[in-house]
Amino acid sequence: MADLLRRVATAADAEAFSSLFETYAPRVKSYMMRQGTDAATAEELAQETMLAVWRKASLYSADKGSAATWIFTIARNLRIDRLRRQRVWQELPDGHQEEADDAPLPEQIVAEREASIRVQAALAGLPADQLEVVTLGYIEGFSHSEIAERLGLPLGTVKSRMRLAYAKLRTEMEDLA
Amino acid sequence: MTISHHADPATLMSFAAGSLEEPLAAVVAAHAALCPVCRGEIRRLERIGAALVGNLSAAPVASRAPTLPELAALEADQEPESGPEPVAGGDVPVPLRKLVGRDLDSIPWRRLGLGIWHLPLPLSPGVVGDLRLIKVAPGQVMPAHGHGGPELTLLLAGSYRDQLGHYATGDLADLDDAVEHQPVADPVAGCICLIASIEKARFKSVLARLIQPFIGF
Repeated sequence: MADLLRRVATAADAEAFSSLFETYAPRVKSYMMRQGTDAATAEELAQETMLAVWRKASLYSADKGSAATWIFTIARNLRIDRLRRQRVWQELPDGHQEEADDAPLPEQIVAEREASIRVQAALAGLPADQLEVVTLGYIEGFSHSEIAERLGLPLGTVKSRMRLAYAKLRTEMEDLA
Repeated sequence: MTISHHADPATLMSFAAGSLEEPLAAVVAAHAALCPVCRGEIRRLERIGAALVGNLSAAPVASRAPTLPELAALEADQEPESGPEPVAGGDVPVPLRKLVGRDLDSIPWRRLGLGIWHLPLPLSPGVVGDLRLIKVAPGQVMPAHGHGGPELTLLLAGSYRDQLGHYATGDLADLDDAVEHQPVADPVAGCICLIASIEKARFKSVLARLIQPFIGF
């Protein structure tokens, strides 16, 4: 996926963009719906996410994680902005760290694929109660106290389940940027 | 800058998920701007979000990808993006500059009395909680207080000491309801902090005790 993104960035390659669109737009739409938006708004936010991918592709660099991770952050930020209408504080501007470097090395592409397989495996290995709080946080957009309310648990239990989940995931991700 | 106090992993996870309450998220964003360790953790945590979104079943998307001419037309419609804020210089963390400018020296403090100044910061409509900058004079003792809910404090200048340790520039105190503390500002430099809570009335009660410490006991 990083190579498609690179083609969009360097050559304004519409075909590469179309592949990215087909892969990510349906999942971003699904994500927006789980976050509580109606189907029409979710569709619109998925489109906006992909347009931002087109526009900002030149700012993507491997230090921003995998292509999927970068697209996730764009979708997440759009969702936050839509929910709040205006966000008082600002994200770090894109390109704050460094500009995108040249074409990815083949080993970077392989490493990215391996990394995402490892994250998936680590998630699959979480106990159900930990995966539940993690999913409610990421996919349903619930805060700690909303998760506590939903599950009828003390706030401290929600936080400690998240900490335990991250400790497990973290060991699997130690060497990932 | 050596940062020795960081956000709790559960706080960072919700921040990366985009589900941390707005006032708390503002403090985490400001801390992350100063702290490469937490930026790295947030990056890892964002991978988890991408993996979870990747596992969702695909929702049918009505439209296809825009073609090159359509993209060009959309871009022509787009207002030119204003460039990023200048990053160099200034001691206000980048995420807060739009709100308070880039220099801590030029913040329009409001005096609360007894060696303490503050500046409440606006939140989006409908958001519950409190976000404000606090400036404390050297050696000033804050009233002892517990927390009814989470409270995040980021040190922007100077330092303070309390039962939990010494907090200096860049450090983040991530406290929840179990903690009671009584911060004392650095005897020479005092301190400037960004503080967030998701309770509306908390600061009022803490600050009221500060302003009238000898009345009402």
